[in-house]
Amino acid sequence: MHLLVVWNPLARNTVTNAMFLVVTMLSISGLFILLQAFFMASVQVIVYAGAVMVLFLFVIMLLDLKVEHKRRLRLGSIFVGGILTLASVATFIQVLFGKDAPEEAAGDVVYVGSTSTLGKLLFTQFLLPFEVISVLLLAAMLGVILLSKKELK
Amino acid sequence: MEITLNHYLVLSSIIFFIGLAGVVIRRNLLINFMSLELMLNAANLALVAVSHFRNHADGQIMVFFIITVAAAEVAVGLAMIVALYRRKQDVYTDQLNSLKL
Repeated sequence: MHLLVVWNPLARNTVTNAMFLVVTMLSISGLFILLQAFFMASVQVIVYAGAVMVLFLFVIMLLDLKVEHKRRLRLGSIFVGGILTLASVATFIQVLFGKDAPEEAAGDVVYVGSTSTLGKLLFTQFLLPFEVISVLLLAAMLGVILLSKKELK
Repeated sequence: MEITLNHYLVLSSIIFFIGLAGVVIRRNLLINFMSLELMLNAANLALVAVSHFRNHADGQIMVFFIITVAAAEVAVGLAMIVALYRRKQDVYTDQLNSLKL
């Protein structure tokens, strides 16, 4: 399933990219369900696969881009870039597997991902960040309206 | 085979590096932006995995905030790209090389 993701940033057609990104988002949401983070899974589907990707598709269609022409590939930069990428991935994986796996939290299984748990936390311990986030969303909305006015003066 | 935390972290790092490659390699601003979203998603996956295996909800709260901020960021960024396209008729970063609008 996740082999699909690999093609995501590489396809030439932008709409293909966006569709692969939708598939990726849905798969990640499936992984959230496997991790018993049900609220996060639904938020992922609604916000990412729904709102954000619709926005992306709107803009792609609005800009009416041509299929990207082939660029000349430079062998040297591909070589250096490939080596750097492989090195960083290898370092990452080595760091992860170098330690013994952290033991899972013992004891009774509490469903930390349930909506009620998260909701209680959000409205008690994380009330201030929650309100700040709402102000941030308002600011983003105003900024977008300002940016998309006809003349930027 | 039992799926442990490490499997999720490796998957998340792989997704992150694919996103990073997309940001670095591609010239199309929109695709750069989508790859950025992919990187944010990789971070979300890691956070949720840790939250599950540690049996602690803070990671998921953090993911909630990340998703919200990402939504705001996408809205603003796409508005900026559209404004730029109106001005320059281009979304390729190697063509957009002047500081002056």
